[in-house]
Amino acid sequence: MFNVATGGRRRRAFCTMAVCVAVITKENYPLYISNVPAANELKFHYTVHTSLDVVEEKLSAVGKTTSDLRELYLGLLYPTEDYKVYGYVANTKVKFVIVIDSSNTSFRDNEIRSMFRKLHTAYTDVMCNPFYTPGDPIQSKTFDDVISSMMQVC
Amino acid sequence: MPCVSNEWELPPELCCRPMPFVALMGLDMIYNAVHRAIWEAFSANRRTDRVPVSFKILPGDHEFPKCRTKRTSYEWYIPKGILKVGWMHKHLNVIPAVAVVFFELDWDEPQWRERQSECSTRVEIVRQSLQGRGTKVAVVLIQKKAPLPPGEDLVASERASTLCAACELSAKALFVLPHTDHIVGYIIRLENAFYELSQGYYHAEARKVKSHKELLNRTTHQLLFVRHQFKIGFFCELKQDTQTALKHYKNAYSHVHELRAYDTNVHEIKTFAGFINYKICRLCFQHNLPLDAISQFRKHVDLCKTKSGSSELAFEHAAWMAKQYSVFGDLFDEAIKLGLTAIQTQHPGFYYQQAAYRAQDRKKMALQLCKPLASVVYPLPDPLETPSGKLDYFGQRPWRQGHQSIDPPDPAREREGILALQLHERAVDHSGLIIPTLSSAVAQFKKYKCPRMKNYLMVQMGEEYYCAKDYTRSLTLFNYVLCEYRVERWWMILTSILSTALKCAFLMAQVQDYITISMELLGRTSTLDDERKSVIQKNLMKVLMNTCPDPEPACDEAAIEVAKRLWKEAASLKTNNMITVEMQNYVPFVECKAAFLQESFSVDSPVKLQLSLRAGCPFPQRYSHLSVTFNNQAYNVSGSCDLSCTTEPPTEGELCLLGGKVQRHDFSFVAETSDTGKAIEIESVRLELGSESGRRLVLHWLGAGGDAASAREAQQVSRSSRRLQHLPSEEPHWDSISIRASTLVQARTPRLTLHVEHDPPALSFELFRLCVCTQSREEQPVSDVQLTISLQPGQDANLSQTTHITLDCNEQCDDSFPAFLHNIPLGNLQPGERMEKDIFVKTTLVGSRIFVISVAYTVTAMVGEGGHHLSCRCQQDETVVIETLQPFDMSVKHFSMKVESMTRIYSDDPFLLQTNILSLSPCPITIARGCFRLQPPMASPDGDPASHLKQVQLQKDEIGSDCCCLQCPPVPDGQSGVAMGTYTIFWKRSSAAPNDPLVTTVLTLPHVIVETIPLYVHAEMPAFGRVREVLPLRFQLHNRTAFVQEVEATVTASDAFMFSGNKLVRLRILAGCEQELLYNLYPLMPGFQALPQLLLRLLHFPGATNEALQRLLPTHIFVKPQARGTNSLTLAAG
Repeated sequence: MFNVATGGRRRRAFCTMAVCVAVITKENYPLYISNVPAANELKFHYTVHTSLDVVEEKLSAVGKTTSDLRELYLGLLYPTEDYKVYGYVANTKVKFVIVIDSSNTSFRDNEIRSMFRKLHTAYTDVMCNPFYTPGDPIQSKTFDDVISSMMQVC
Repeated sequence: MPCVSNEWELPPELCCRPMPFVALMGLDMIYNAVHRAIWEAFSANRRTDRVPVSFKILPGDHEFPKCRTKRTSYEWYIPKGILKVGWMHKHLNVIPAVAVVFFELDWDEPQWRERQSECSTRVEIVRQSLQGRGTKVAVVLIQKKAPLPPGEDLVASERASTLCAACELSAKALFVLPHTDHIVGYIIRLENAFYELSQGYYHAEARKVKSHKELLNRTTHQLLFVRHQFKIGFFCELKQDTQTALKHYKNAYSHVHELRAYDTNVHEIKTFAGFINYKICRLCFQHNLPLDAISQFRKHVDLCKTKSGSSELAFEHAAWMAKQYSVFGDLFDEAIKLGLTAIQTQHPGFYYQQAAYRAQDRKKMALQLCKPLASVVYPLPDPLETPSGKLDYFGQRPWRQGHQSIDPPDPAREREGILALQLHERAVDHSGLIIPTLSSAVAQFKKYKCPRMKNYLMVQMGEEYYCAKDYTRSLTLFNYVLCEYRVERWWMILTSILSTALKCAFLMAQVQDYITISMELLGRTSTLDDERKSVIQKNLMKVLMNTCPDPEPACDEAAIEVAKRLWKEAASLKTNNMITVEMQNYVPFVECKAAFLQESFSVDSPVKLQLSLRAGCPFPQRYSHLSVTFNNQAYNVSGSCDLSCTTEPPTEGELCLLGGKVQRHDFSFVAETSDTGKAIEIESVRLELGSESGRRLVLHWLGAGGDAASAREAQQVSRSSRRLQHLPSEEPHWDSISIRASTLVQARTPRLTLHVEHDPPALSFELFRLCVCTQSREEQPVSDVQLTISLQPGQDANLSQTTHITLDCNEQCDDSFPAFLHNIPLGNLQPGERMEKDIFVKTTLVGSRIFVISVAYTVTAMVGEGGHHLSCRCQQDETVVIETLQPFDMSVKHFSMKVESMTRIYSDDPFLLQTNILSLSPCPITIARGCFRLQPPMASPDGDPASHLKQVQLQKDEIGSDCCCLQCPPVPDGQSGVAMGTYTIFWKRSSAAPNDPLVTTVLTLPHVIVETIPLYVHAEMPAFGRVREVLPLRFQLHNRTAFVQEVEATVTASDAFMFSGNKLVRLRILAGCEQELLYNLYPLMPGFQALPQLLLRLLHFPGATNEALQRLLPTHIFVKPQARGTNSLTLAAG
């Protein structure tokens, strides 16, 4: 019993942080989707795409209250059996989605927020690149590195 | 009967709302109408405002099941299962809480004793049958008479107590039901009483079960903890005490998870856990605690997820999970129907979705576990068969009922049982279970504003239909969602759906779908690799050749055979070998961009059009025909750019699109002159693939090309245009090609000079000459030259009323002349020839006017270098601004005959009229003559008044005056002004030619006030006097009124004269008559001397002043000095 328990704890400690990170444009098409394991790419595409329903709904709810200062972090979007999907919308309506394994219970809200902030900063850096055309898929090594740091085994 | 088919279905007695069971006994439903009415009053209209009781009719001698003797000790008792299958049914429908005996008996029954004993016998029979049970017995006496108020009927109370004693009833269990009009009211009171009795019964039952708790121990009686708590909960529910029921169900739930689970009993545990979970969730929703229900369900799923049981029956666990989710979804949905509000992230759809996923898991496991069993024979005897046809306990295996040991009692029998279950699972139509669940989920997600999730589920439905070999439905669903993913540009998802859709289209031999899907899979947004694309393109070519394409990978073998036959059939049909695809709905592999080279073309130059094509497929794609259609059908003939018709014969390469290479075609045609000023638009582009012998595929672009994705791409290009400039110009970059779907046909530029000579400003009423000079600069003679002059539109609308244009200056141009002249033919012009034309404009109001003068002509022009002659019309416009001024201003003055200015005139009194013409024109004008036209009664005393202005030239600010003498007879309304007539001036510019017509300007003379005076005085005297010579002065007084007037005349003294005559006289003048006053004056000094003044006072007109009369009288006279030598003579005369 004891061994199993410690094994479990160790496994949790080595879990991946995020299983999928996506950047979606204002028009709701993907600029960047990265996921681990890479094999199940299509499923993550669907997961991210369906989460946009909630994002849109939350955005439209904000529009009604007409408060200028909108919280960028939208929190948990969909709690599914397998994954937790979190959302974040920049002021330009660019959406960031992070998917985390449901079995991963060690995450706190603050950690998710800081991940989104990191992602937002990385995205801003991409946008600052004069050779990048806004709206094109993101192909940047620096951005890739940031994303893989979020998804890497910690 | 095998007990597997609906193994996870919840039993109906679990799902219903438990209500106290009351048995109504002794009612004769067949022969007794009164009894039937009573029953109907109990059973009909059971609305929610009535107590929840389930009534049932039983015959008076009904045999209730025998009550088993309850054990007093559990010491050696080993329970065989959690709950018997029939237990809930027994308490809902078999064992009543209250047994009611109906008996017809009135209080005043004559044979009371006999009837009473009969009644007690009946009660006894029922009581016998319910021996050992706590069921309450009640008696209802059906009476014909309405009862008296309580306490008044002494007989009734006495007989009631004897009856109670005879039947061993408490007084509270005896009821009277008078059969009167108000039966329903009595019935409601009765059923409330029964309800109360039932509460007591269920309370006692629950307590009875609770009391067993003391006797249980934790080692052997684990099952009983669950059973007892469940039973207490159920009795509480029957008692309608749902709060307590919930508490006990929750206890039962925690006990059920305390049971040790192993392969042999996990099925039973899960089954019963599912039951209790159902009860808990249901009650939570009922208590409006949806969050409790959800968290209970989560807990339930989490606890049971791991209890998968035997790996050989893994599908069973998945099926159970699926059932749990869908049941909870149903409960949730039901709660919503009863008023609960769900939100986007928490609604039944999620549970249906999970249910569907579990069902899919089940399908996978079933496939894995049961596939190898194709040839296995079903074991005999059937291990799923039980002697009674049903199970004893919920959730147990039929082949080893009642066993609670860890290991199965008979391993061989166990294997057979598992095999039988697996064989049954093989026969299950999994897709038939998955699809309706998905469909429920779709409906929920649609309701809660999750269009994307809905689409995703529809994709899954489509995939499930594909698995179920229902390719038509599958393809329909795919086609429905494809466009949404296309619009949102999720290409990976789109490609994945298209790949499955392609399989459907192949298996059904749907040629049109197969082609469009293939084209999109070959397109630039497809995420397939080149290898796969080559296969698809090869297949597409095969379809165009009218042969069967290669089967798609991973298709069902049998289905492929069917598909091949279908393709052959389709190929044999020659009728539909022409397929048109609307490209703007897809993102296909051939792209097209058409653009006119310029925004506008002159009608005499050829219209140039460039068409660019690009294919994204790995192999070169041949095509046979390319055509463009325009909004004007006429160009389609010349513009139907069949490549074989162009100047150069097409080489093989021209009719072939190489992958990734841009191909360009240039077209040019001559626009029709009738299209001048209009736009030519590309209506469509058609590219034809395939040939007549096989299938012909027409790619049809509406407008000038572009597809479902290109608008967005064009926007991207516009953002990054900077980057494209760095590309080598050799190979045109596809993205830099823009679409221009329409161009404007403009008129040919005229080669003609046009100018207008005139001498501004224009004077009003003058015929102002405009000389239009045109000179042709064309190389060809021009014909049909036409001149148009009009006021420029957009000016004050009144201008057209006050502007008249004529070509003939000798004509009197009046108001009937128009303000414009259209298409004045001017004939033909040779190259370089000059032509002049005079136009005269008459304006009657001052102000500025803008005229548009245009000259149109026809010329034969050469178009392009091909020697195409085109007769086209050109037009040159010129605008002229003309300021109109007033030529002169007239003022009028009136004078008395003494040339004194006066503001009014007197009737019959002649006066002078002077007109002053002040020239305002900057250029000199000549007044040829003036002319008075008097309006009666105004008249001239000397006949026709002559004008004195003749051939007078006036510079600016000079005045020409004219004068005439007029007289006016008395008029009745002279005070308000009398019209005098008009003064007409005939004039022209001094610079005008002598034979130019004179301009006639008619000026209206102002009205004048005419006053009538009652007395007219005329003085008669010599022109001059001489000192000391007598000077006769005669005043004639003329009465102009129709009555006699009295006049008082006084003559004032004067220093210069001595005079004789009446100094003061009063006289009477008859109507229309005259009187004379004669004075002889004797001038005393020479010079211009004031005469003695005659003052008249009209006694009848005291208001009349002397002024009007004084005006008529001389005031002074010139007196000459005395002549020498004649002095004595004069004296002598005096």
